[in-house]
Formats: sequence, C-alpha cells, structure tokens
Amino acid sequence: MGAEFVQFSLTPILIGIFAAIACALPGNFLILRRQALIGDAISHVVLPGIVVAFLVTGTTATGPMLLGAAGAALVAVVLIETVRRLGKIEPGAAMGVVFTALFAGGVLLLEQSDTSSVHLDVEHALMGNLEQLIWLRADGWGSLVDPVALAALPPELPRMAIVAVIIMVLTVLFWRPLKLTSFDEGFARAIGLPVNVIALGLVATAAAAAVAAFDAVGSIIVIAMFICPPAAARLMTNRLSMQVAWSIAFAVLSAVLGYVLAGYGPIWLGAAGSVSAAGMVAAISGVILLLACLFGPARGRVGVAAGGEAP
Amino acid sequence: MAEISLVDTRNALDPASPLAVRGLTVSYGEKPALFSLDATFPAGAMSAIVGPNGAGKSTFLKAALGLIPRVSGEVQVFGRDVDRVRDRIAYVPQRASVDWDFPTTAIDVVLMGLYGQIGLWRRISGQYKARARACLDRVGMGEFADRQIGQLSGGQQQRVFLARALAQEADLFLLDEPFAGVDAATERAIIDVLKSLQADGRSIVAVHHDLSTVPDYFDHVMLVNLRRIAEGPVRQVFTAAALSETYGGRLGATQIDTLTLQGA
Ligand SMILES: Nc1ncnc2c1ncn2[C@@H]1O[C@H](COP(=O)(O)OP(=O)(O)OP(=O)(O)O)[C@@H](O)[C@H]1O
Ligand SMILES: [Mg+2]
Repeated sequence: MGAEFVQFSLTPILIGIFAAIACALPGNFLILRRQALIGDAISHVVLPGIVVAFLVTGTTATGPMLLGAAGAALVAVVLIETVRRLGKIEPGAAMGVVFTALFAGGVLLLEQSDTSSVHLDVEHALMGNLEQLIWLRADGWGSLVDPVALAALPPELPRMAIVAVIIMVLTVLFWRPLKLTSFDEGFARAIGLPVNVIALGLVATAAAAAVAAFDAVGSIIVIAMFICPPAAARLMTNRLSMQVAWSIAFAVLSAVLGYVLAGYGPIWLGAAGSVSAAGMVAAISGVILLLACLFGPARGRVGVAAGGEAP
Repeated sequence: MAEISLVDTRNALDPASPLAVRGLTVSYGEKPALFSLDATFPAGAMSAIVGPNGAGKSTFLKAALGLIPRVSGEVQVFGRDVDRVRDRIAYVPQRASVDWDFPTTAIDVVLMGLYGQIGLWRRISGQYKARARACLDRVGMGEFADRQIGQLSGGQQQRVFLARALAQEADLFLLDEPFAGVDAATERAIIDVLKSLQADGRSIVAVHHDLSTVPDYFDHVMLVNLRRIAEGPVRQVFTAAALSETYGGRLGATQIDTLTLQGA
C-alpha cells in the first residue's frame, strides 16, 4: 500500500467512513424512535433544499447547501405536524405525504432550472461520486504531513470529518436526554426535559449528516447508513451504549469493505473495471444486517431463548 | 380584620398541599374528559383516586403534571407552579408507554430516575448504582437487574417503574394504578414500601381500582367521574351514596354495602 493507495483510495475511504459514522449515529436514535424512515425522508427533502439554496446563491458551497437542507427539514417537520393535526392522521402517513411532495417539488425545480451544468443531477444525487474524491497531489504517506499536498485534499474530506466529529460530540453531550426521550417520552416530559426541542434537534442533526454525506457520497449511502448499521447493532446487544459502539463498527466496516470490494472485487473475480462504490457500501451494510438478523445474540423476540439474559 | 380582607381566600389554593387543583377542565376533543375539578390532597397522606374506566383519573394526573394541556383551571404542587418543583415529583404512568424493545436493562431504567440528581453530564458513580440496586431490591426485583426490560413480565415491569420512582427520592408520588397486574404478595410488598415513604413524610396520590382495599390502604380519597363526586378522608366520603353516584348505579347495592362496611 504505497503512493497509489494514498492517491486513489485513502481519501474516498476516509470520506466514506466519516459519512457512514455521521449517519449511523443519529440513525441509532431514529430507529429506536420508530422513525428510521425519516433518514430516507430527509434525504428526499434535502433535494429541494439544496436546489433552492443553489438557485438563491448560485454556488454549491457547503454553507448554503447545509442551510438549504436544514431549512427544508425544518419546513418539512412543521408541515408534518400541521398535516398530522389538521388531518388527524398518524405521523407515518403525514411524513409520507410531506416528504413525497417536497421531493417531487425538488425534482420539478431541478428540471425547470438550468442546473444540469452543476453536479446536481439525479444520478449524482443517488450515487454520489465517491470514486472521484481522490487526492492527486499526494505522492505517498509523507503527503499527510506536507502542507502543500494537504491543501489540495478534496474539500469533502475535512467537511465530512468536521460534521462527523460534531455529531459525535453532540451524541456524547446529549446522551442522557436522547436516551431518555427515546425510551420514555412521558417520563422525560415529567422531569421537565424539553422533549420537542430534543426531537427537533435530533432531526436537524440527522438532516445535517444527510446533506453533508449526500453531497459527498450520494443518498444511497445516506439511506443505508441511517438504517442498516444501527439496526444490525441492535441485534448484537441489549445496552444502548454497546449498540451505538457496534453501529459505528458496522458503519466503518461497510465503508471500508464496500470501497475495497467495489474497486478490486471485480478484478479478483476476473472481470474488468469496477462497480459503484456507493452501491457496494450500501450492499455490504445490508449483508451485515442480514448476518445480524441470523446470528445476532440479542435477536430477542425472534426465535430461540432470548439473548438478553444476564451475562 | 383589615389585613384579612386583603387576601382573597377564595383564590388561594392551599400552599401546604402537595397537590391542589381548582376548576381543572381537560379535553381531548370536543367533549371534556374532566370538568371543573377541585381537589386538595393533604400532605403526608396516602390518597386514592377512584372512579370507573374512562372517568378521567389518568387524565387528572397527566394534567396535574402538565403533560397534557388543560382548557382551564389552576394546578399547584407544594404551592407552586409544577414546572418549578419537578424535581420533587415522581410519576409512574399506567402501563408505561415505553418502547419495550429498547436496549435497556432494569437497573438502567432505575438509574434514569437518578438523572435528575446526577445531572445530564456527570458520570454515574458506584454510589448511584448502589442506590439504584437498593431501589430494585425494595420492590423485590434485585435479581432481575440486568434483564432487558421487554423480557420481564407485566407485573415485573410495573415494579421496575415503581423502583425508578423510588430512586427519584421525591416528596410527591403520583402513581397511576400501581397494583394493576401485580400478584397479592407483591401488592403487599408495594404497600409496605408506600407506607414507609409516608412514614418519611412523603405524599402519595395513587389511582386505585380495587374498592375493597381503599379503606385499608388509603387515608384520603377522591371519587371522580368526569367531575369530582366527593373528596376527603376515606371514613367520611367513601360512602354508599358517593360510590353509586361515581359508578352510575353499575355497582350492586350489596356490593357497595360490603365495601363501605369493611372500611368502617
Ligand atoms: N389521548 C386521548 N385522546 C382522546 N381521548 C382520550 C385520550 N386519552 C383518554 N381519552 C378519553 O378521556 C377519557 C378519560 O380517560 P382516562 O385515561 O383519564 O380514564 P381513566 O379514568 O384513567 O380510565 P382507566 O380506569 O381505564 O384507566 C376517556 O373517555 C378516554 O376515552
Ligand atoms: Mg387510567
């Protein structure tokens, strides 16, 4: 693993890892709140947000993109509450209506406006461009301490790293409120926690993760990482802290294994070329989930003697 | 004399009461679930809230805690707004609406009751863990400390949530049917725990369905069915007339007789 690895594989793998962690962390709480699909929904609502932000500012810089996506997420949350109250329907249905409508609006906006020159096209939105986030200026591991080479890092890397670190810090800081409100909202309310603010904060964090990752790696990875690593992790343990740790491990494993298999797998199999890294990362996370479903020690309700007995 | 006239006594809820409400009206839709309810629970007492299914008992506790909005009325806990004394209240909902698949163990749930004292960021020291375990022991759940909560029976789950309330070391305990689904021996154990809380000077307000044990367990009772039917010391207000009014004639006369005679 020499210069070539650093040049062509190191940065995409790192970006994939950070994106996976950034999505998997809030995903843990979303699946426990039975809101797993909100990850899916957010990555839909992110689209109109990004398009509007692009139309207004004319750039694809992260700042406006994040603002646009977060704004869209907020609009969506407010709309969901309104639809739910006025229509007196369940949250899932309200979510479906609002996000589908917003996504459709986003697609229409994309087609109407001339954004085709920018990399906002739909295929990009789905698959991202992980393979292209390479570090051409690097000429070996020494580049990691070479300021000139570092300055030429793909900007997605520091961006995704910062978002991932912020999300990790937030998760640690708000661990107890998140745990409490996810487990027993009534109790959280009774001891005076601002339950709605925490719920909104979680969705906003998920939205931030989604938009940062969406820009770098596409929405397939976003959707997969919100659900698969946390869901698989839940089947490994009956403790929340362990679940979150497992989910990070699975997210990292998916990112690394997915990228490597996409790049080298076909060659090992004797075929030419490679397959989409984003697709492979998502597929690996799916395989991990499948394995956890079959062999996870805390599968609890499905089948054999419950796994949660005292160790 | 002149001084007294400055204070409008009709408007002052008893500040010594752990829970006092006046004119409490709550509605989920068009029809109210509670209508213009007045109540003053005495300090240091075991109080029961009694009434048929759908009478608004759970609604009363939730509204008192500010968990659901009220249409009108006033609520005071220890003479103050409930938001200012949340750390002095412990609440056990009827059949907790929690996620039973949540990755958490019995001891973990009890520790949640200590979050108020530990704070949101401080490390959970061994001292707190020991306290949580002691609370589990008090409700006879010590041996299930490391069980995932979904893998406990209904009665055991109920006891874990009672243990969490104990851990809160509150001055006012609001318990929504603490004996629902627990066996006779456990009911006895829970009553002993509640009595010892009372001996410590804490106040308990519990929704209770078993009319035959009301006079045994409680000092004070509120009969409710949409409105307050009666409220006061059990001896005075737990009468045949009040009960038949509360249950709208659905209790047989002989049934009521045995109940109220037992308590006398
Ligand atoms: N979330 C809700 N939405 C609409 N109506 C509700 C809701 N919760 C309770 N109600 C209604 O309000 C009334 C009072 O309900 P509440 O739960 O307070 O009764 P309860 O006295 O606790 O009954 P039980 O003994 O069965 O627990 C009932 O008619 C019930 O149908
Ligand atoms: Mg009830």
